[in-house]
Amino acid sequence: MDHLEELENISVRILREAYANFKNLGMLWSMGKDSTVLLWLTRKAFFGHVPFPLIHIDTHYKIPEMIAYRDRLTREWRLPMVIGWNPEALAEKQTYPDGNVDRLTCCSLLKSLALKNTLNGKGPRLRYNHLAQQYEPEPNPEPFTGVIVGARADEEGSRSKERYFSPRNQQNEWKIADQPPEFWNQYKTDFAPGTNVRIHPLLDWTELNIWEYIEREKIPTVSLYYNQGDGKRYRSLGCYPCTFPIESEARNVHEIVEELKVGRYANIAERSGRAQDKDDGGGLETLRREGYM
Amino acid sequence: MAANNASIVTPRTDEKMDVVFVGHVDHGKSTIVGRLMADTGSLPEGKLEQVRRNCERNSRPFEYALLIDALKDESSQNITIDAARVFFKSALRHYMILDAPGHIEFIKNMVTGAARAEAALLVIDAEEGIQENSRRHGYLLKMIGIRQVIVLINKMDLVEYRQEVFERLRSEYGAFLDSIGVQPMCYIPVSGREGDNIAFPSQRMPWFQGHTILTALDSFEKSRPLTDHPLRIPVQDIYRFTLFGDDRRIVAGTITSGTLRVGDEVVFYPSGKRSVVKTIEAFNRPPQEKAFAGQAVGFTLEQQVYIQRGEIAALANEPPPKVSRKIHASLFWLGKEPLTTRKQYILKLGTARVRAQVERIVSVQDAASGQIITGRSQVEHHEVAEIDLSLQSDLAFDLSGSLVETSRFVVVDNYEISGGGIILSEIADSESWVREKVMTRNLRWVQGGVTLEQRQERLSQRPALILITGTRGVGRKRLARELEKSLFQSGRFVYYLGFGSVIYGVDADLKRNGSPESQQEHIRRLAEVAHLLLDAGLILILTAVEFTQDDLRLMQTIVDPQYIETIWVGEAQTTDIHFDLKLESLENVESAVTQIRYLLQEHGVIFRY
Repeated sequence: MDHLEELENISVRILREAYANFKNLGMLWSMGKDSTVLLWLTRKAFFGHVPFPLIHIDTHYKIPEMIAYRDRLTREWRLPMVIGWNPEALAEKQTYPDGNVDRLTCCSLLKSLALKNTLNGKGPRLRYNHLAQQYEPEPNPEPFTGVIVGARADEEGSRSKERYFSPRNQQNEWKIADQPPEFWNQYKTDFAPGTNVRIHPLLDWTELNIWEYIEREKIPTVSLYYNQGDGKRYRSLGCYPCTFPIESEARNVHEIVEELKVGRYANIAERSGRAQDKDDGGGLETLRREGYM
Repeated sequence: MAANNASIVTPRTDEKMDVVFVGHVDHGKSTIVGRLMADTGSLPEGKLEQVRRNCERNSRPFEYALLIDALKDESSQNITIDAARVFFKSALRHYMILDAPGHIEFIKNMVTGAARAEAALLVIDAEEGIQENSRRHGYLLKMIGIRQVIVLINKMDLVEYRQEVFERLRSEYGAFLDSIGVQPMCYIPVSGREGDNIAFPSQRMPWFQGHTILTALDSFEKSRPLTDHPLRIPVQDIYRFTLFGDDRRIVAGTITSGTLRVGDEVVFYPSGKRSVVKTIEAFNRPPQEKAFAGQAVGFTLEQQVYIQRGEIAALANEPPPKVSRKIHASLFWLGKEPLTTRKQYILKLGTARVRAQVERIVSVQDAASGQIITGRSQVEHHEVAEIDLSLQSDLAFDLSGSLVETSRFVVVDNYEISGGGIILSEIADSESWVREKVMTRNLRWVQGGVTLEQRQERLSQRPALILITGTRGVGRKRLARELEKSLFQSGRFVYYLGFGSVIYGVDADLKRNGSPESQQEHIRRLAEVAHLLLDAGLILILTAVEFTQDDLRLMQTIVDPQYIETIWVGEAQTTDIHFDLKLESLENVESAVTQIRYLLQEHGVIFRY
């Protein structure tokens, strides 16, 4: 068994544990490389099926190509797709691109708050109807008690301390100093009413592992990750006002693997292109305590 | 020492190993890990400079630990709260390094970190010497099951790099490890702050010729999956995804030991049901003929048998797991509340989940001093104990001496994992004599052409055994008849079986002398009859006078407990039985029937109309 098989088997086991233990389970899919690998692993775990909804938190500032990719795979793989967003913040233009709030507040409104209200069923949700081939409002959204997320420990400090099964209290907060023990493949699957659990099957994967796996399994990805001739590519995808491409000659998956293994980015952190991480010393940690992915 | 000009390392292999740093608080684990990262050029570009700048801005001395203690709380308090993962490459392979907290308050985080690792480096401060958590962590490494251990004597710079300090600590700590059965691979004198014997051999300790941490890491052996041991697959789930015309019924689980092949005869425990592996399923991969320990697999069966999550699949021609309701175990307790004999807990082993009660606390060991205490009525947090547990339903497991993975369990108290244990031996329980008969029955069971699932679909009901018990003369039989009529009228397939109907036929050869043996055999036969009728898809109503919890436990050994609904009739409860519903009086039989029907709906036996 090589290192990718080892990682795959651990992730598959975690996904199956999540499915066996949570009645209202969902998975966040941002169309980025990590959560797309997560989606692929889900199809592995359940033999071609995706037995729970995929949730996309739409900030309305995603790069359009990502949305097109989302809708294409939704149709081709017949995915149970659900979309949530923060209608108030968008209507009142409480966003960074509108110039009314700073980057962290924008993230907190369009991502954390939108996520919280999509999960607890208080916010609006759209679900893709495969017969009618369109998104339709979900009439009685039930709260999700388990949410599968593609966070990796190597992304930044606070994520490196996560659990595979990480509880959130009724306010969706993460209590870093008081996390449950997790050993011998036993996770926190018992929880008090009103709380929910984040499940992180990709915790042990590195950015390089993700690309090696995409290469091995031939997983379709958004073309924004590749240099299309302008000497630039996105290393990490987010909202266009806050995510910037990096200098790169990598034109395909294999060249990205080489670039990360021995090339110019072998020692440079992935999220260096994300502006919100820099606004304050522990910006991402603050966001994550409040429920950011 | 060269800190910044190390070039990028490309390991010879893609092999990945997880190692953990443990030890007492402030003995310098994070400093060593930070130094190791810096001296091998493993830090993300700019990280070292960023931390140096932050230190200057806040007028505090630079420390290597700050590279690792990335969380806000940690950098302000200078301690590690949770095990952080850092990624690191040597010339040989890739490492994930877990830096575990040494503070007593965060023992559960240390356990979490250590349990993920294949090898451990235990850090002891040369100046401060062996402390409480040096010993406690040694103990926990042993309990968690980490075999490869290296001891680092750190802060050698504070003791002028003197050999006798190193030698003294080595023999002192060595004696302790020896007493708990841990053999470390080696001891290394290091200084995290000055970089001695971290990535480069120290010039200041010419008396030491052994490993640096870097070469010691590469000397750890990668643990290999237990492919040549008996097969064990804790069943995670049975999938039947009907979307897109898929009609496969797939048993899913991760192989903890052994090898599974198409055509193998498999037996599921504790039920004892057996079948033959038809296919090994996979997605985006050609069908497999074999699967090994470590793989998360799915397989289909030739004959459909009704099995559930929590069972362990084994091979018919290999040693089977044990099955019992009583176990003797060694356990470490992390709970906020003490472990007591008065409380009910949930025990999780593999994918099984059973209710458990501590029957006896044999002994408690103080993990810091090593002192053994007997006669205690509870186990406090951070203590290690030997206990006997009694379980509410059958559990399949192995003993730690044979297959360690399926001997490990956790104890859940009030939603939280609060302890971990390993099973040392099984204790014969009062149902053992029946269990053997039941396993043989399941083993030899002749499979029909119609499955229980098909029956359930046709009958729109789930089989159930409704056991009505209570004091003599309270009207159990009348209630049974009324319930039978009511269910029958609404189209349910139901049958009332009175005790008397069995005694003179099925039990004709039994002496009715009231001895416990004849009483037990009587219940066993009644339960076997019930088992047949439930397999036919029936809702069966039974009445019995003053059934006890022991009687019920016997019945549950023969009939799957999930099918049994227990109803106590009468104001006063005269036995210790646990019931699903209590009916104080039968003055209004109609209302009693309605209550039972409501219970059956709640439990998914029948559906609302």
